[in-house]
Amino acid sequence: MALASVDIKGTKNGLLVTLGEGELASLLAELEERLSGTASFFKGGQVALAVGQREVSVEKMGHIQALLAQHEVTLGTVISETPVTRAAAGHLGLETKRSFWPKPRPKWRAEEDFSEGALVRCTLHSGQIIRHPGHVVIIGDVNAGAEVVAGGDIVIWGRLRGTVHAGATGDDRTIVCALDLAPTQLRIGKYIARSPEGKPGHKAVPEVASVEEGKIIVKEWKSSR
Amino acid sequence: MAARVITITSGKGGVGKTTATANLGVALALSGQRVVAIDADIGLRNLDVVMGLENRIVYDIVDVAEGYCRLRQALIKDKRVSELYLLPAAQARDKTAVSPEDMIRLCNQLRNDFDFVLIDSPAGIEQGFRNAIAPADKTLIITTPEVAAVRDADRIIGLVEAEEKGPASLIINRLRPEMVRYGNMLTTEDVIEILAIDLIGIVPEDEAIVISTNKGVPIALDDKAPASIAFHNIARRLLGEEVPFMDIREMPNLIERFVRFVRQG
Repeated sequence: MALASVDIKGTKNGLLVTLGEGELASLLAELEERLSGTASFFKGGQVALAVGQREVSVEKMGHIQALLAQHEVTLGTVISETPVTRAAAGHLGLETKRSFWPKPRPKWRAEEDFSEGALVRCTLHSGQIIRHPGHVVIIGDVNAGAEVVAGGDIVIWGRLRGTVHAGATGDDRTIVCALDLAPTQLRIGKYIARSPEGKPGHKAVPEVASVEEGKIIVKEWKSSR
Repeated sequence: MAARVITITSGKGGVGKTTATANLGVALALSGQRVVAIDADIGLRNLDVVMGLENRIVYDIVDVAEGYCRLRQALIKDKRVSELYLLPAAQARDKTAVSPEDMIRLCNQLRNDFDFVLIDSPAGIEQGFRNAIAPADKTLIITTPEVAAVRDADRIIGLVEAEEKGPASLIINRLRPEMVRYGNMLTTEDVIEILAIDLIGIVPEDEAIVISTNKGVPIALDDKAPASIAFHNIARRLLGEEVPFMDIREMPNLIERFVRFVRQG
């Protein structure tokens, strides 16, 4: 898909204006036209400007800033892959970034910004911690010493030996389930429970933990519910 | 051919990192490989003691890192085998005397002249450990079949994974056949199930190890001891050979060995 030479889109982190291929002058003309066309939409807003690999001088950058200011739009951040451009933006007191998107996270971290749930596809070893505002699904084991903290439910397709906290933001209705549920400690909302002690040879059956009448209750998973 | 840099680490102390490094060094050298063993445990060195080379140390790894000597000058040749060298740690300094960058630079210098560079990591997860894994192409994680050691090994696996060093392999050390037989010790399967990494060797508990480390004569120089056979098997697996794992349950304990010995006698 060919990118429109000037692309404006709303994101969770604000408006992003991307200048594509082509002459800077004609791009700016197009930008001006777009701004005038939907003036009320942009008015008083703040935008991030992505210029790709293009080198933009301090003078040009000032020009763009002025153009946006004419339409009562503030230029907040300049995103550029080129040091020269970032330096120019910095000179004007603008914030600079290499990329609009947050840095790629390690494989077991979720894309928090885009989804409600996080899927983790590996065994969590001791010392590894997952925190996620939504639900967390883990395909693998959660070893002793590892920790999962979720705002929502926690589903573990594997053995749970570590510490988990579902509904960490205070939601008591959340659940924790695992193919083999034997956590060091299990928390749901404000409730805390430990695994019963001294049963090393316990049978591994899928179980679900939830809060019932002010206590954490663990029940065998029944597919018929 | 460029050398492979292999770091032997565990998290917990006293599980056999140094013994394994010394013996894998000997086993690899005996199979014709050119090997350097590096002691990365600066301040608490003892790979030199286990290898019996303590009295020949002139320069150490810190001298090399700080440029007081050339790398070649600090390498101590083990005269019992053809191509085995030791780069000793400094005793009067600490882990901060060497940086991960120093270790990478140093190993790169060794790569052209050797087939294997084995690094004996210190216990812990601090700078000494960081130094030891920085140059690694492969990590061998060693544990004993005890809950605490396995827990630490698990932590280390997570850290090695985060360094993107590729998959680590596992050595289970000091397994006691009779205890496993009677169900009183974590089994190999238990450990692998928890750690979820590939097994590269099982070393049985062997009293001969105590004697050999005290004497400074690595057990791998003895071709009959069970532990020696285990280390030689690991070396062969590192060289890409398919070697079946010995069945620990069938291994004779000391009394049985004695009885056999008398009967043969």
